Amino acid sequence: MTALFASTRAELLRLTKWRVTWLLIAVWLTLNVTFVYVIPYLSYRTGGGGEITDGQSPESLLAEMMPTTLAQSLTQGMPLFGGAIMLILGAITVGSGFGWGTWKTVFVQSASRSTAFLGTLVALAVVVVGTVVTTLAVDAGLSVLVAVTEAQPIDWPPATDLAAGVGSGILIFGMWTAAGVLLGTVARSPALAVGLGLVWAMALENLLAAAANLLGGLEPITDVLPGRTAGSLAGSFGGGGTPGVLTILGGGTAGLVLAAYLLAFVVISLTLIRRRDVV
Amino acid sequence: MTSTIVSTDRLTKRYGHRLAVAEVDITVRSGEIYGFLGPNGAGKTTTLRMLLGLIAPTSGSATVLGYPPGAVATTGSIGALIEGPGFYPYLSGRDNLRVMARYRSLGADAVDSALERVDLSTRGADPFGSYSLGMKQRLGVACALLGDPRLLVLDEPSNGLDPAGMADMRTLLEDLAAQGQTVLLSSHLLGEVQETCDRVGVISGGRLLAEATVAELRGATSLLVRAEPAELARQVAVRTVGHDAVHATADGLRLLGGSDAAPALTEALVSAGARVHEIRQVERSLEEVFFEMTNAARPITERTPS
Repeated sequence: MTALFASTRAELLRLTKWRVTWLLIAVWLTLNVTFVYVIPYLSYRTGGGGEITDGQSPESLLAEMMPTTLAQSLTQGMPLFGGAIMLILGAITVGSGFGWGTWKTVFVQSASRSTAFLGTLVALAVVVVGTVVTTLAVDAGLSVLVAVTEAQPIDWPPATDLAAGVGSGILIFGMWTAAGVLLGTVARSPALAVGLGLVWAMALENLLAAAANLLGGLEPITDVLPGRTAGSLAGSFGGGGTPGVLTILGGGTAGLVLAAYLLAFVVISLTLIRRRDVV
Repeated sequence: MTSTIVSTDRLTKRYGHRLAVAEVDITVRSGEIYGFLGPNGAGKTTTLRMLLGLIAPTSGSATVLGYPPGAVATTGSIGALIEGPGFYPYLSGRDNLRVMARYRSLGADAVDSALERVDLSTRGADPFGSYSLGMKQRLGVACALLGDPRLLVLDEPSNGLDPAGMADMRTLLEDLAAQGQTVLLSSHLLGEVQETCDRVGVISGGRLLAEATVAELRGATSLLVRAEPAELARQVAVRTVGHDAVHATADGLRLLGGSDAAPALTEALVSAGARVHEIRQVERSLEEVFFEMTNAARPITERTPS
């Protein structure tokens, strides 16, 4: 336990001093604010019904920006671009260590490969949780700002809804980060891992789903692919129509499938790290 | 009694059809500086990687500090610089060491001390990516020194160092040995090994060719005799030191183990009427021994001309 704590402290130091970490978080927050508040608010102010907001009425747009829908606001950007950003974080955190030769240095310094790698995973988990909590704070602030500006009552969602939203956000981001970690471990290169991951997340899953629609009978498989499952979990809070947000699976089922993916990605990555030669 | 720090038993690594290390048996004793010598691609780094648990042997075994390579029990007791320093380019030298020190729960004192020992204190705040090759190498050595490990494994530590840096490295290694730390160092800088190491292992083509002290490898000194007429000189030399010890070479006669015979031989040659041009003691350098060994182990087409 002491060794794991030491590894986590070491990894947190190098991750927090890495500009890339902060850049990726800033990009996510910017995209989240843009698509969840800025564009809907501008659309609301100009009468709504625009293509970019899926033809929603001004009332509907305003309702989705209120504090009471905070869990939905928090999660709706996560399955698509938020997940892709976290996949990049996981892939470059692990993959670049092979290119820089830092894994060999770390493995000699640390108690064991497992503790070193688990330290990386725990540090990434801290970043994920921190990002979700920060997103919640930013969204909460902006929802209050919109409510005050538009003279609307400030009603918060039940604490259980909020906790479920935060938990789902952590699960979605955690699953995509773990997917990036796995790709970085397999590819032993950040560029290849990021490339493969983005092709999968942004294109291949949708192509497979489309092919399954045409062929029929394959939907049970494509419905539980990582991105579509993450979309279903986000969709359980509302926000249908947002790109990447789906209502195929129930929230509970989607959460369990995502947890299984996360666990599988971690176990496979750890097994590979333990067994393969470090050259 | 000196204890064994590293020992290998028929350690072998094969990559597909290529045999990188073949049944290597080495022994590194406590408190010594052990030089692992070999040309590029000889299998030095692969052997060291196996000793650090970074790669798994195909067959054979090794123990390091009494445990299998990579054992948790040896954490903190081994420092290593293996095939060039691997650090985060965006972090400063000091922050890189802070990260690595945290893995061993070491504090800022250990980092400062390590930077000071390799003369990098004043450049510790600069990003690692901006370091010269020599500075990167020194930071790698500093990382290996963190926490004063019992065993240091250094792969080509003088790579990229200027002459002053190489001299500093020799001093550092000698200081470490004086403090009782054991150093296993690989190098192809024969002068460095000759001056620094207590014992050496010579590896070529993945096979260990010899393991001995530097003095044992270099063998006994000999006498070089240049006198005329050559045949008369040879006869006098044979009478003085015996037939088996006299070898005719392009430079003159070489008398193996005959350094003590110099005064008697000089007198005998002069008495016999020979003109003596030169009699001097000759020592084989480690470089000569190394090339003899490694050339003999390589195909004729790849041999280094002597």
